Amino acid sequence: MNSHLISAIVPVSLLSGWELGSAVGAIDETTFSRPSAILRAGAIAAADGSLVTATYQTLEAASLGLFAGTLIGVTLGIFLGLQRLVELASRPTLEMLRAIPAIAFTPLALLIFGFGLTMESTIVAYATCWPVMIATLAATRRIEPRLLEVAATLEMTAIERLWTIIIPAVFGRVVVGLRIAIGFALVVAVTVEILVNPRGLGYALILAQQTFRTDLMYALIVWLAVLGMIAGALSSQLDRLSVPRSS
Amino acid sequence: MRALDIIWRMAAMVLFSLAFLAAWELLVRFGPSRSSFFIGPIDAFAVIGRRFADGSLFGSIGATIARMLGGWLLASVIGILLGAAIGNSRLVDRLLMPTLEALRPLPASAVIPVAILVFGLNESMSVAVIAFGSMWPVLLNTVHGFRNVPAGLREVAAVLEMGRWRAFWTVSLPSAFVDIFPGLRTGLALALILTVVTEMQASLQGVGYDIFMAQRSYRSADLYAALLVIGAIGFTINQVLLIGERRLFPWLAR
Repeated sequence: MNSHLISAIVPVSLLSGWELGSAVGAIDETTFSRPSAILRAGAIAAADGSLVTATYQTLEAASLGLFAGTLIGVTLGIFLGLQRLVELASRPTLEMLRAIPAIAFTPLALLIFGFGLTMESTIVAYATCWPVMIATLAATRRIEPRLLEVAATLEMTAIERLWTIIIPAVFGRVVVGLRIAIGFALVVAVTVEILVNPRGLGYALILAQQTFRTDLMYALIVWLAVLGMIAGALSSQLDRLSVPRSS
Repeated sequence: MRALDIIWRMAAMVLFSLAFLAAWELLVRFGPSRSSFFIGPIDAFAVIGRRFADGSLFGSIGATIARMLGGWLLASVIGILLGAAIGNSRLVDRLLMPTLEALRPLPASAVIPVAILVFGLNESMSVAVIAFGSMWPVLLNTVHGFRNVPAGLREVAAVLEMGRWRAFWTVSLPSAFVDIFPGLRTGLALALILTVVTEMQASLQGVGYDIFMAQRSYRSADLYAALLVIGAIGFTINQVLLIGERRLFPWLAR
């Protein structure tokens, strides 16, 4: 049998069984809306603009947070990579901070910033700075020491050193950390919205569940999976970018 | 020389930790922001001490760890079984992998509403969400591990005329376990995150719920204390698993 045909068996039979089961009343539609209803709810949400607004809000918070987290991660990573002693001494403190799930800071961020974009992107920044920092730190430590000696001999300023030696040397590996961070950013943003923040796709999702719009809830879940896939594809593109430089 | 080196490193680490705590305390006491939401380590540790003394801390930690381990064990069993089936059989791979690949990019927290509908706001919902979210690294690593059993090992099993099951238990599984274990470690880290999330969402006893309640009642010191406790739990399990990994696979140490 054709391999595509085999691959289609499970999803096709699951979906048609689901649809048929709902049609004959074997599946409770208040818990599992039928696929056709989900499709309709998704189309309506896409047409009336609510889906676009929610998607924009989620992506806005995710990308702002990712940007801030990347900046913090790269800065910390380079600093610690150059200062061996500080890196060694700060290890338990940073490991301890890193062990706190970013989501756990949600209530605190809510107290400090209130509902909204700032609070959500702060949490995303906390979550995304760690993989970037770790990748940058590892890359900085691998810089050929002779390059830095040359820089010292040439009496380069710290900024010159940063631009001409350090950043080009660590770029490829930072991208690897960024790849992990992209995945975190979307998940964390959606989770904060589900928990407390009244904006974006996560809030639309939990609201749909609480108002018994199960069809809309599943439509949003499908859309989130699509967004997750796009984020995944984006990170693989980044990986390709990093290959020629990191070798 | 080596012992001296270790003592010197430990001293540096302790000094840095103390300096960090001191800077934090000073920033809260004399810093620009007088907000009551910024709490220093002295007050936070005082709360931990009090909850340690009256025993309420153990209830929270126990509930969180039990929930986390329950969801993670479920995820590990499902992930390893599914992964072994997919990694060993081309047919199962083609049958299941496309569906799984479509589910995988879904943020784990997005299944919370579904789990609430199916199970209600209770323990089962929490464990189901934790299991769903922390299953993926175990599953993918298991598939990878079984696909990459060295051909030489498979040939040895064939030459020794081992049955399918014996070959699986004595050759494939131990070989794949090198890949499975890091998946289990990542899975446990995800399980802790999802434990905190579901505790907040479903108001289940635990450290995540403590954080949430502290915020609702504006008890900032309790909130910081709970965050420190979560950090300590995450730190400890990660260190234990890292040490376990080093013990189990000493040849992988870099």
